[in-house]
Amino acid sequence: MSDATNDATVGRRSKESRDWRDGLLRAWRSMLRARWPLFAVSVLLLLVVMSIFGPDLAPKDPNRQNILSRLQPPMVADASGAIEYPLGTDGLGRDLLSRLIYGARISLLVGLTAVLIGGTLGTTLGMMAGYFGGRVDDVIMRLADIQLAFPFILLAIMFLVVLGQGVLNLILILGIGQWVTYARIARGQTISQREKEFVEAARALGASTASILMRAILPNILAPLIVIASFNIASVILTEAALSFLGLGVPPTVPTWGGMLAESRDQIIAGRWWLSVFPGVAIMLVVLSFNILGDWLRDLLDPRLRGA
Amino acid sequence: MWTFILRRAAQSVLVIFGVTLITFLALQMGGDPTYLYVSERASTEEIERTRATLGFDRPLHVQYLSFVGGLLQGDIGRSLTYRTSALEVVLERFPATIELTIFAMLIALSSAIPLGILAARARGTSLDGSIMAFAMLGQSIPNFWLGLMLILFVGLGLGWLPISGHVPVLGPLFRGEFGVAWTNFPRAIPYLLMPAFTISLFSMSRNARLVRSSMLEVLGQDYVRTARSKGVSEYTVTMSHALRNALMPVVTMIGLEFGFLLSGVVVVETVFSWPGVGRLVFNAINQRDIPLVQAAVIVFSMIFVVLNLIVDVVYARLDPRVRLA
Repeated sequence: MSDATNDATVGRRSKESRDWRDGLLRAWRSMLRARWPLFAVSVLLLLVVMSIFGPDLAPKDPNRQNILSRLQPPMVADASGAIEYPLGTDGLGRDLLSRLIYGARISLLVGLTAVLIGGTLGTTLGMMAGYFGGRVDDVIMRLADIQLAFPFILLAIMFLVVLGQGVLNLILILGIGQWVTYARIARGQTISQREKEFVEAARALGASTASILMRAILPNILAPLIVIASFNIASVILTEAALSFLGLGVPPTVPTWGGMLAESRDQIIAGRWWLSVFPGVAIMLVVLSFNILGDWLRDLLDPRLRGA
Repeated sequence: MWTFILRRAAQSVLVIFGVTLITFLALQMGGDPTYLYVSERASTEEIERTRATLGFDRPLHVQYLSFVGGLLQGDIGRSLTYRTSALEVVLERFPATIELTIFAMLIALSSAIPLGILAARARGTSLDGSIMAFAMLGQSIPNFWLGLMLILFVGLGLGWLPISGHVPVLGPLFRGEFGVAWTNFPRAIPYLLMPAFTISLFSMSRNARLVRSSMLEVLGQDYVRTARSKGVSEYTVTMSHALRNALMPVVTMIGLEFGFLLSGVVVVETVFSWPGVGRLVFNAINQRDIPLVQAAVIVFSMIFVVLNLIVDVVYARLDPRVRLA
């Protein structure tokens, strides 16, 4: 790379870092002003803590069965007045609270990694479609059309049935399922950026295509993609829960919120509400938080997208 | 107009081609599909024979061509559990699923549009805030869990609505038994209410937000200001000047929305034991009946593609800018 571009990069770096500081400060102030994002971030922090420190936080082994204390309702005190199972137990006498804490891991892991995979794939393909146009564009966008023609959950079901269940398969399928959203946005944004002066300038300086895409265009189209990613994590977590509910998620030895709901189905008729209420509330709170976060990020990063 | 329709139809054919290719490959990805059709104790000879009978020994592209050929004649393969044509099994369950989807769509749109208008008119007030909070919540609740909660509290707790069961309406209608369909219709509604609401909540919320924001955009336009300055009442401005244009994004979404609701059906039917394609797929999953899952995927996708084609054509008819783009 020539010296000129190096200088330009250095110049941009320091400005960028200043922008970042300003941005963070603005974000912090706006978060303090609005109450809902603060609530969302608190819930998500709790989720992260639960995912990382799960084994230390959980009062019991989530898979330990205890036939003597099957189907205990929440907050029941034993003879000594102590509450052993704050959220009750399931049909096998396993502690619901511990299972709930362990379940946070899968939700967060699947949500984050699937969105990372889908986002990277979709952004790359979308930028290529937008930048090169012509044939490349046609092929990539037709692929997107084909994928959109499938109701996604059915596509996921088909592949999970064929390939077998497992965390990795689940993440891959959910991730690949998301690329179209990112591709469409990245493509549109790239088209609007590719004729701008700074892209021309990079081209004139002899920057490679990869470098133009990564250094000149990507930073300028990132904002809407980050917003979409936040909403996307929410919908991936919902889909993961639905697939686990159908028995297609992770193997049953790993506690997941969707799987817990599937197990609770048979207990509903008998009125054992705690088995279905708590995992559902957990999913709802996390999904709600990512949605609120997405809304807030959208207003913060790109007010033009408001209401879109 | 005709060039647009032709171009769009050609695209749809390409998409359907892609759908069949992916569905076909999905079966191959799990390894040799012959093993799905033979018992675990089958001898090597028997496996060979089955492989030859089913044609799995031929090269992939030949298999694909015969798969497409079969498809054109309405043959997607045999269900492993039902031992008959997979397509027939799926189509038999289809009316129940369509009933549920249409009912859900009606609930979603008939609530979303008024809610969206109301929120836009009351912008910034606590009414707007509550509607938007409700919409946000509605987009965050897993639909199958909502179903479980309705069963628990409305069905079992209050005893207002039946928690499962189904009275067929479309089935008799398709068979030409209009009298049966007519008498069944009112009896079907109590069974439809909870599952349909469960499926519709997400769409309702999303569309309420969509209507609100496009309403706000339209209300800021010059022609709305002109209408107001002519002394037209606020009601007329909202309902006739603004609403018509504000609903455009909703109209374009209807095809997608229907497909979206259709996929919600898969999970929710399982919760309410609704005898449609969704529960069929659920059972097929448990029995590894892959041809049946394939058939369901193909049928759903075709409907989706055709619906989108229709919506695009209608949209192009309404808005000339689309077909010239």
